[in-house]
Amino acid sequence: MTDTVSKTTDLEALSWRERHHSAIRQVRLYSRTFARNGSAMFGLALVLIFVVVAIIGPWIVPFPEDAVGAVNMDIKLQPPDAVHWFGTDEVGNDVFTRVVLGTRLTVQIACIVTGIAILIGVPLGMVAGYMGGVVQEVIMRITDVFLSVPGLILAIAIVGALGPGIVNAMLALSLVWWPGYVRLVQAKTLALKNEIYVEAARSIGAGPMRIVFVHILPNCASPIVVKGSMDMGMAILGAASLGFLGLGAQPPEPEWGAMISIARNYLPDWWWYSFFPGIAIFITVLGFNLLGDGLRDILDPKHRE
Amino acid sequence: MLWFTVKRSLMMALMLCGLLAITFSISHIAPGDPAALAAGPDATQEMIERIRSEYGLDKPLVQQFFLYLKGIVSGDWGRSINTTRPVWDDLVNYFPATFELVVFSIAVAIILGVPLGVVAAVFQNTPLDHAIRVISVSGVALPMFWLGLMVQLYFALQLGWFPLGGQIEMMTDPPQPITHLLLTDALLRGEFSTFVEGLHHIVLPAVALCFPALASIIRVNRAEMLECLNQDYIVNARAQGLSTFRVVGLYALKNAMLPTMAMIGLRFGWMLGGTVLVESVFDWPGIGLYAVESAVNSDFEPIMGATIVLGFFFMMTNFLIDIVYGTLDPRVRGQV
Repeated sequence: MTDTVSKTTDLEALSWRERHHSAIRQVRLYSRTFARNGSAMFGLALVLIFVVVAIIGPWIVPFPEDAVGAVNMDIKLQPPDAVHWFGTDEVGNDVFTRVVLGTRLTVQIACIVTGIAILIGVPLGMVAGYMGGVVQEVIMRITDVFLSVPGLILAIAIVGALGPGIVNAMLALSLVWWPGYVRLVQAKTLALKNEIYVEAARSIGAGPMRIVFVHILPNCASPIVVKGSMDMGMAILGAASLGFLGLGAQPPEPEWGAMISIARNYLPDWWWYSFFPGIAIFITVLGFNLLGDGLRDILDPKHRE
Repeated sequence: MLWFTVKRSLMMALMLCGLLAITFSISHIAPGDPAALAAGPDATQEMIERIRSEYGLDKPLVQQFFLYLKGIVSGDWGRSINTTRPVWDDLVNYFPATFELVVFSIAVAIILGVPLGVVAAVFQNTPLDHAIRVISVSGVALPMFWLGLMVQLYFALQLGWFPLGGQIEMMTDPPQPITHLLLTDALLRGEFSTFVEGLHHIVLPAVALCFPALASIIRVNRAEMLECLNQDYIVNARAQGLSTFRVVGLYALKNAMLPTMAMIGLRFGWMLGGTVLVESVFDWPGIGLYAVESAVNSDFEPIMGATIVLGFFFMMTNFLIDIVYGTLDPRVRGQV
């Protein structure tokens, strides 16, 4: 009796650090593996810069009014100089200001598209993998059909039906993005559902919802995180592509793809106008891709080199 | 193998029906009443109702879907408001240019990507490997349309090495059609100057289009080669005194090619999507440009037509790749 009591007090006496010993070790291992990976750190840095710029953007840009349709015809199409770092566009707006403010829009697009895709794809994948049978067959065949059409084309078709605009573009991209998650999560669920700990949960009477969300989902998390990171980049590319085609964000919204779409009319003499938004897209997407690679390296030991 | 092919064909037919179901649904999510839209702004209620029954829009959805399927099969793909021609005729007209561009690009991506992947793996962690990695990492992140504009700016305008856009010069007569593929026709007709001109025009769009695919092919091939090069049979082959060229080129590459081929199939679909961007940058008279121009003008039926054609094209490619895959690797056959 006294023995049990002293054991409990021992447990309570343990500090937070001691109680979470194994988790801390795990995080340490992960961060060390990650930190040793140069390109992953570079990707993380790019993504952090991108997020910080998106947050503080409106306070650091020199000409905030240029993103909401100001017109300064007397300084239109000026090459980059000390005042206008990236030059000015056809109505005299500062390209640097618009590129910086574009990050905020871009981060929103990336989060919304990837978020909706995960919210649709992950539950469907888990249901398919866990239930099996006809349900799985139906969900997976529908997924296959979506995966067998080039995504951008399908997005264009959807935007064509709904009408151009940033909201419709995001909706269209989300609608073509979820199938990848279904396939990923279904395969993982299928593998996990016969694990011993799932059997154990089932045998002590856990319901299917509990098993799926409490026991299977956390173990699917790492591939979802990796794919999510990669997809943020791809969603940015997709949204910029739609913007470039005139189907996404409409001017004067400072969206990078839409900016390039107008700027191409001013090539080659006013090259800076299309050059800098493109570089911004490239660097951002590169950051998310490298980050995704790095995450895969730490979360999925099979891919470590 | 025959059983595998039959099963795979059936699946393909099913997927095609699925694709048509998607395009059918998309045309039904479009806001507004299609009958009212077709009747025009001044139509009376009676006229709208007549159009509704004429097009079968008053029937249940399932029945409408079968009517739609029947229309697609019989070649009735609607009419383009933009070009005022039937969509089917337009698609037949524009498809060869897209086909040629995509096939040319994927060929470039494979011809460059596979050797670069092998070289990167053989010279792992040398400066050469790092240089190749720069291509493979940045390639996927480059926006294709922007890359297109930049190569246009530099190679066409600055250096003047290549023409700015189009499939051929305005003043040149295209060769008499045999296959309707410009480059192939020019060769078949023996019109070499036209062929060279066409080749000149296709280089820049193909480079812009192939870059992401090139990057992924290098990446996958490098990773697979690294894995293969560590296998026992490679060590054994080396121990037997076979030349490096033989070991790498024959033994390792053959096994590394299977996953690379799967990646090529996947990337092919992206490329088909990319044609939309590249064709609008380079004024390439293909389906992508047609789809974009229709989408911008809310010209609905051509977009659906282009979606079906490009989707079908992608399904067909994956079908062929699966068949080749099944032939090369018997284990795959059981998985369909």
